[in-house]
Amino acid sequence: MEIKVKLFAALRKGRFDCEIRDYASGATVSQILSKLNIPENKVSIIFINGRHADLNHELYNNDTVAFFPPIGGG
Amino acid sequence: MDKLHDYLLSNAKDDLLPWTVQVDAAKQFGMTCRMIEEAVLQMGLLPVRYQRNRQTISTNQQLRLFRSKVAVIGCGGLGGYIIEELARLGIGQIVIVDPDVFVEHNLNRQILSSISSLGRSKVEVAEERITKINPVVKVTPVMNALTEKNGKKLLQGMNVAVDALDSIQARLELSEVCKDLGIPLVHGGVAGWYGQVATQFPEDDILKKIYARCKDGNGIESDYGNLSFTPGVVASIESAEVCKILLDQGSYLRHSMLSINLLDMEIVKVQLS
Repeated sequence: MEIKVKLFAALRKGRFDCEIRDYASGATVSQILSKLNIPENKVSIIFINGRHADLNHELYNNDTVAFFPPIGGG
Repeated sequence: MDKLHDYLLSNAKDDLLPWTVQVDAAKQFGMTCRMIEEAVLQMGLLPVRYQRNRQTISTNQQLRLFRSKVAVIGCGGLGGYIIEELARLGIGQIVIVDPDVFVEHNLNRQILSSISSLGRSKVEVAEERITKINPVVKVTPVMNALTEKNGKKLLQGMNVAVDALDSIQARLELSEVCKDLGIPLVHGGVAGWYGQVATQFPEDDILKKIYARCKDGNGIESDYGNLSFTPGVVASIESAEVCKILLDQGSYLRHSMLSINLLDMEIVKVQLS
């Protein structure tokens, strides 16, 4: 299935900002992060089609998933 | 009081009152410059320092800012700029909370840090700076960390609290205190080229949503550090949010988060409701 993956802030480093990528049917957010080599603790906000989601969320063809890292400095 | 009014009116240029007149009035009438400033604004006169505010902020709104109380939690990269901007804006009372002293690695970004301030309390240096800029601002420096225990006492009566902290856990504690006290909280965070801002009203849960997955962990600032310009950008947006909340104007970053990427010059607003 085709999933649009959007990466924000430092998650883009060495990767991309937005790409349509192929994943096995039924893939979860957690599996997508693993394929992208992004540790789960480097992601604080997950959106699927503009709605808040969590790691176990299953994706469907043509979904858009977006990841933001935790930013906590001052 | 009539004598004071007459004095101020006769020394005003149009409706503007120079600082020297405020100082003279305070001496003559045995009052503080702060009391004089309130009287000036109540009369519809404007201290000259706010002359460039007036096309955007009316004299009445300037009085509202003067009567406002804002707490800035954290006095480092973000806090230094926020305190500077709020004092220049004319916020009447500012509470500053930070347990730390300035150290050498603060010098790359923290506007209040300097060679001569190394080893000195951040809140004490901030108080001195505010007094130099705008002596009528009442500053309450608190050299302590804000916790859920002492938070209620420190933030009681504030109109807005501003998050200028450097820890996710401390931010979540601040959020809980603000929610309990019914205080709006303006959140900001920075890391390397990146930053974010959001505004939480007491009935909202934005900070929990932002940090739900990393309550006890660090942000990416532990990998990317903090640069000189990112705190200035994020702090200024936080100050603008404070100003709008106090004046009940414009649209806030409520139920949403502004994500700022200065490396790609991309600013996006995402809905978090």
